[in-house]
Amino acid sequence: MTAIAAERPTGRRTFRLREAAGRAGVLLLVLAALWGLWEGYRWVWSTAGFTWPFPVDATTMPHLHSIFSALFQPSRTNGPLLIHVLLDSALFTAKEAATGFALGAVVGFALAIVLAHSRLLQRGFLPYIIASQTVPILAIAPMVVVWLGSLSVPAWFSVAVIAAYLTFFPVTINSLRGLQSADPRAVELMRSFAASRWSILWRLRVPASLPYVFSALRVAATGSVVGAIVGELPSSIQDGLGGAILNFAQYYTFQPTNLWATNVVAAALGVLFFVAVVGAERLVVRRAPENVA
Amino acid sequence: MSEQAAAVEIKGVSKVFKGGTTALTGIDVEIHPGEFVSLIGPSGCGKSTLLRIVGDLIAPSEGQVVVNGKSAHRARLDRDYGIVFQDAVLYDWRTVSKNIALPLEMGGWDRRRRGERVREMLQLVELEGFESHYPWQLSGGMQQRVSIARALSFSPALLLMDEPFGALDEMTRERMNAELLRIWEETRSTIVFVTHSIAEAVFLSTRVAVMSARPGRISTVIPIDLPQPRTALTREAPRFFELVTAVREALHLGAEVEPAA
Repeated sequence: MTAIAAERPTGRRTFRLREAAGRAGVLLLVLAALWGLWEGYRWVWSTAGFTWPFPVDATTMPHLHSIFSALFQPSRTNGPLLIHVLLDSALFTAKEAATGFALGAVVGFALAIVLAHSRLLQRGFLPYIIASQTVPILAIAPMVVVWLGSLSVPAWFSVAVIAAYLTFFPVTINSLRGLQSADPRAVELMRSFAASRWSILWRLRVPASLPYVFSALRVAATGSVVGAIVGELPSSIQDGLGGAILNFAQYYTFQPTNLWATNVVAAALGVLFFVAVVGAERLVVRRAPENVA
Repeated sequence: MSEQAAAVEIKGVSKVFKGGTTALTGIDVEIHPGEFVSLIGPSGCGKSTLLRIVGDLIAPSEGQVVVNGKSAHRARLDRDYGIVFQDAVLYDWRTVSKNIALPLEMGGWDRRRRGERVREMLQLVELEGFESHYPWQLSGGMQQRVSIARALSFSPALLLMDEPFGALDEMTRERMNAELLRIWEETRSTIVFVTHSIAEAVFLSTRVAVMSARPGRISTVIPIDLPQPRTALTREAPRFFELVTAVREALHLGAEVEPAA
């Protein structure tokens, strides 16, 4: 028998370890290169006195080390360290973003399942779903806050709804494609087993759609963080990263590093969400290694 | 021939696709229980279409198909068909065992019975030890065995095979042919087999239905009187070559005769 069973060489573990070390090395290398670019640009522009496109100084482009060290200084006189303040804000925003992400993913997937069953519904609904995304979130956010606020829903939940608004779209579009991606012969096979529509959906279409769903969830993961931060701005929520950004932006000329540090933390939160989705995908999606998107 | 005894009766079946292409016309075949019938013909002669009509995956434009005394539709709902395609069409997210168990899950078998049946099937297609592998970890021939095991797992009365070994290399193909015959003898199922390999059709079948194209119809049915069980030696017997020649000539004859419009 021409068995091409999965190879399980004894050195697999060390190989994995070496691979991980290599990846970490590349990450550090890229970080060092970016650092070098930033500081190099600063140095060239400030020593040569270039003023185009903007003059470089400690306000427009703080040193990266001063941005990171700002994290470990008090945010205001006698206040807690900036990193504590930002981690609290990040936690608050993470709650909004995670809730919005879950809400958007569920609604988006459910919508895709409904649309997958009828071409007529697709024709009718898809243009509006697409149009929904061309409306700027900043225009929608205040309305959502007012509507939900009058139902005495907590403000952070309104922000989660705004985050969900950004999340559901990629999930719907990709899931719809995924649900329709099942091999037509696999569908015939299911019919030959006298499978019900329901059974074809759960045993074939949904599992076949998962790689598509997860690539949408990756996009949605970062989108939900952005949605939460942007959603905080018009709803005058002070407890999240959006509030912190608004606050530090006002004092930018005095302490630019605070805003930069906040951006670093916001970016880290987005990466964290992304990595969480990738991790979940590894656990859930089983497929040929060469097919991994 | 008595009508009740037939496993499959194809009566006056024709198929016209949307757009007016006539894929099949005037098909009449009767297949008896335990028979191994091959449909052979040039590409586009409608042999796969005919197989799909028998399996109630598409409806004929005219005529009807009776399987074990009931309509093809009823037969499909009763899970009388096992289908094997050219590609294994396994589910990437299911292990070998779970792929084989798929139709059993749908038939409402409980977990214990499923496990037993899957073990039997793995034995039948000689894949013991691979139950927890995923499809992509198997070679093409092994994947096709899993697909056959899945089709046979619920003991369907009729096995429909659409060029199941067409994607395999010649060596693997011959070995799979021998295995299929062994499985056919063990399970005593009725098989309708689509192929465009003359040697394969002659080696496997009890009868070969030769089809011609445009519009597809059955031009000749050739009984294959090679002794059972068939072995590697069968392929070297003079009678084997005579029958291969007969099928080839029938194919060419079918290609030359232009049907009256």
